[in-house]
Amino acid sequence: MKPSLKLRAWQLALLAALIAAWQLLTSPGLLPPIYFTNPDQAAFFFGQPLEVAARIFRWFASGEIFLHLAVTLFETLMAFAIGTVFGLAIGLWLALSPTASAILDPYIKALNSMPRVILAPIFSVWFGLGVWSKVALGVTLVFFIVFFNVYQGVREVSPTVLASARMLGAGPRQLLRHVYLPSATSWVFSSLHTSVGLAFVGAVVGEYLGSARGVGYLILQAEGTFDMNTVIAGIVVLTTFALLLDALVGAIERRLMKWQPRGGETEKV
Amino acid sequence: MTSAPAVELDRITCTFVSRDDPGQRYTAVADVSLAIAAGEFVSVVGPTGCGKSTLLNVAAGLLEPSSGGVRIFGAPLAGVNARAGYMFQSEALMPWRSALDNVLAGLQFRGVARDEARTRALSWLERVGLAGFGDRYPHQLSGGMRKRVALAQTLILDPDIILMDEPFSALDVQTRQLMENEVLELWAARRKAVLFITHDLDEAIAMSDRVVVLSAGPASHPIGEFAVDLPRPRDVAEIRTSPEFLALHNRIWSVLRDEVLKGYAQHRTTT
Repeated sequence: MKPSLKLRAWQLALLAALIAAWQLLTSPGLLPPIYFTNPDQAAFFFGQPLEVAARIFRWFASGEIFLHLAVTLFETLMAFAIGTVFGLAIGLWLALSPTASAILDPYIKALNSMPRVILAPIFSVWFGLGVWSKVALGVTLVFFIVFFNVYQGVREVSPTVLASARMLGAGPRQLLRHVYLPSATSWVFSSLHTSVGLAFVGAVVGEYLGSARGVGYLILQAEGTFDMNTVIAGIVVLTTFALLLDALVGAIERRLMKWQPRGGETEKV
Repeated sequence: MTSAPAVELDRITCTFVSRDDPGQRYTAVADVSLAIAAGEFVSVVGPTGCGKSTLLNVAAGLLEPSSGGVRIFGAPLAGVNARAGYMFQSEALMPWRSALDNVLAGLQFRGVARDEARTRALSWLERVGLAGFGDRYPHQLSGGMRKRVALAQTLILDPDIILMDEPFSALDVQTRQLMENEVLELWAARRKAVLFITHDLDEAIAMSDRVVVLSAGPASHPIGEFAVDLPRPRDVAEIRTSPEFLALHNRIWSVLRDEVLKGYAQHRTTT
């Protein structure tokens, strides 16, 4: 534990130093003007950490942020869940059906290489400015990550394990349930961090492009009034929750994937 | 014996066609006939790449021969051979299942109730010397232990035919002899038909009732058959020093040696 505590201390020290430097460089009149002629300009362009902290505190103290955060997190989780289920189902189907896979191959390639964020306006028209257009955008981002991993996972099932399961009497449905699915799941979990992150991106970008609620909406509003402190406060809140989600995924992964050997683990007998 | 043999391979030929270039063909085994009586332990030896595993896959119903037929206790085989258990050369355990869940997999696939499957799997784990290791995942076990789990996984279904494809080739010599003795003991208790594939002549003689020698590929076929009438029960380590064993070894080796050299020469030219 000791070396990691020391590491943490250094990481925190670096953060404190960066914030202190930020505060110093943007305080009007504290330093002689280096670049900006007007002493207030630095704070205008870059915001100030104390102001940002005050903003975040007011958000949470007044409870104003909770509705927006809830909306953004709801969009993220829905996009993640729907995208994962579709990716898993279609990935399994295409991997186990060579004909369908051969026919659809160019379409999959095209859809994947398309910059899918540009679909946001279409989704706004289809699903309105509420949460579902954001969920749809997130789904298109998550789907392909999960899809490709499941596809790969099913293809890479060890032929020996497959033959062994068949010799033990597994029928097609049991092979799917007990061999293909667990194998594919391990690949899905290895991509979980990326797909949760992308679900978040889908939600925030969707809000940013047109919405009435959500953290992305708060940032958009603040930007409209050149309120740099609020923009940065929104970014800080988003980053914090992205980190929390990532940690949650990590915990779930460790629980479910304990059968997988990890580097440095030498529990042999 | 009047009853039908447990496994009967009737003029089996297997030709593989390259998927990218249909003109490329390779005949692994040609015109192989082989019968294994119920309760008989038969080993097939041959040089590397002679199609030993191909024969085993045909007997298991995992591979359909280009021509020829397979009969299992007199009935033609269609699809996977449900009366056979298969021990693979490479890792065949499901890595996402614990040792216990791996052992009970076959019972689970056959719809045996979870509690009963669990009880039987636990007793099999004990029988292969792995009591208390049920909750380990395959990556947490040593190579020898994984083979024991695979053995329990195969034998728990009480198959009438056991197919083994060089199951111990990846183990060190000591572990290997222990495992060979254990397999002989388990086999002696139940007397199943065993088709044992190996490239190790010592192992083949020490364990079997009959040794079949395959010629070097391509188009390999049996070129010799030797009955092993050494007394049982045997200890695979001790029996290797008996004069009968050595005489038999010399006789089989004189046939096998030319094929091994041929196979080796081919291997060198193709790679």
